Amino acid sequence: MALQDVCGFLETLDDISPCTYLPNEMGYMWRTPFEFDRDSAFHFLFPPQQCSRKNRAPTLFSSTFSSLSPHQQPFQLSHGTTTLGFIFQDGVIAAADTRASCKGLICCPISQKIMPIHSHLVVNTSGSGADCMLWERILTREMRLYQLRHRKRLSINGAAKLLSTMLHPFKGTNVCVAATLCGWDGEETQDTLQSCMEIADVKEAVEQDSNVSAISDVSAQGGVKMASINEQDEISKDTQALNPTVSNQNTKNVLSTFGGRSGPRVCYVCSDGLQLKGEIISVGSGSPYAYAVLDDGWRWGMTVDEAVALAREAVFRATHWDAYSGNNVDLFHITAHGWRRRDREDLKEEYYREREREKKKIKEREKERQKREGDELVEGEGDIYSVHCG
Amino acid sequence: MEYLIGIQGPDFVLVAADNVAASSIIQMKHDYDKMFKLSEKILLLCVGEAGDTVQFAEYIQKNVQLYKMRNGYELSPAAAANFTRKNLADYLRSRTPYHVNLLLAGYDEADGPGLYYMDYLSALAKAPFAAHGYGAFLTLSILDRYYRPGDSALSLIRLNKRFILNLPSFTVRLIDKDGIHDMEKLPVADCSDCRAPGG
Repeated sequence: MALQDVCGFLETLDDISPCTYLPNEMGYMWRTPFEFDRDSAFHFLFPPQQCSRKNRAPTLFSSTFSSLSPHQQPFQLSHGTTTLGFIFQDGVIAAADTRASCKGLICCPISQKIMPIHSHLVVNTSGSGADCMLWERILTREMRLYQLRHRKRLSINGAAKLLSTMLHPFKGTNVCVAATLCGWDGEETQDTLQSCMEIADVKEAVEQDSNVSAISDVSAQGGVKMASINEQDEISKDTQALNPTVSNQNTKNVLSTFGGRSGPRVCYVCSDGLQLKGEIISVGSGSPYAYAVLDDGWRWGMTVDEAVALAREAVFRATHWDAYSGNNVDLFHITAHGWRRRDREDLKEEYYREREREKKKIKEREKERQKREGDELVEGEGDIYSVHCG
Repeated sequence: MEYLIGIQGPDFVLVAADNVAASSIIQMKHDYDKMFKLSEKILLLCVGEAGDTVQFAEYIQKNVQLYKMRNGYELSPAAAANFTRKNLADYLRSRTPYHVNLLLAGYDEADGPGLYYMDYLSALAKAPFAAHGYGAFLTLSILDRYYRPGDSALSLIRLNKRFILNLPSFTVRLIDKDGIHDMEKLPVADCSDCRAPGG
């Protein structure tokens, strides 16, 4: 034990937990590596504190962990990323950068932050990379189970509620997940188009026009390429096989959802418990910059090209100003038919194109200025002062 | 910062809450409703830590509705307030205390209007007027100065209009014997012409 004290072995509470099968005092002396409670079927879902909630005598787990104060979450914007999602008349756009950072190091310049959950839902994730990967998979599993049990797909709001409820027991621990669920609810029938028209009418009435022509210019140069969704076809075949009763609809690859109107949806879920539905959601350290661009250019009645250009521009500006965002931009577009993915684009190219454009503009301005001066020379009396005033 | 205010009149209760859902420095939503309808004549206004507010308020809301389903009649505002306080107190010394500040406003057929102030330590007080948030520091003294128990709804709404801090808009609701009524959402511009209420 003297050696143990000197080395500091087994010193931190994180590494160790007391033995449960030994009485109190002895249990603290002999410690085993961290073990979850193995009885519960969902033992990996619950933190150790959950033991006492199941009407068992408080175990040594709970007494140990009650002494740990809840982790003080840093300033929220320390999620080093820029992700955004917004809805418009023709669906949902989800965009994100691809930089995964760890303090000052870029761990991975080509990470994928937007993951499809099913044919009509993608999730933008930010926060801790490992937590996000795990919770995406858990969400995918739960949604698939729901779909199999109830023969209907869970709505986006329902999925957000489900994720929020699953994350709630971990509040106060180090789990850090901020997910934006972007997707399309509902059946792809005339009703869908009808409800979209209604939404559009309402929104047009309160909308102001904004100038997106500068932004559209960007996408024209970039060359828009939408990949077809191979995965979506597979998922639709899968559901066809398992749910023959639903296949009598004309639409092959859309299941109806419970309740509520169909249409595009964006929902933000955070491991704090915050859950928001909205039209424009952006998360991460680059989100203020993205919000600025999005607020300026967003209109409900945008075309797909305008929306894609706006999303690209927003991510580009955010990656320019934010150190923790960068590298490439991923873009997904979700409609009633499912999601489509745009080829990953390197923003370095965009940056150089922008510089070229700026240089050109400066040259043009310089030419104009000289032309103006030249005119004034001709018009003026040749006085030396008039040249300087030009 | 979030803000709630409630004022009790002779036969109504007036409540208002700001509309901002913020995540550190970013306003993620500016039309966020912080009022939860517990029953036809009871509203729960809830602010505090991000996930706790919705979780706790929805838990109370569903339980009050369950009571009605099981027993056929609704809980009175006083009963609902005490139920809420009991739940908050039970969780206070657990490992997952809910950090929420609440106002519960309701109209009872027998007792009339009631406004209950509850804070995150589950202290409950029935009060003629109450507020939560940084705005409370400013508005409580004004309410002390100008509140009269017999004020009409109109003068209290004007009183309400003074209390705009840096928050862009508020949702205002009135509860009286006929139920819950939405008043208009107050934007900041409306307050420039306000003076102290006349009487």
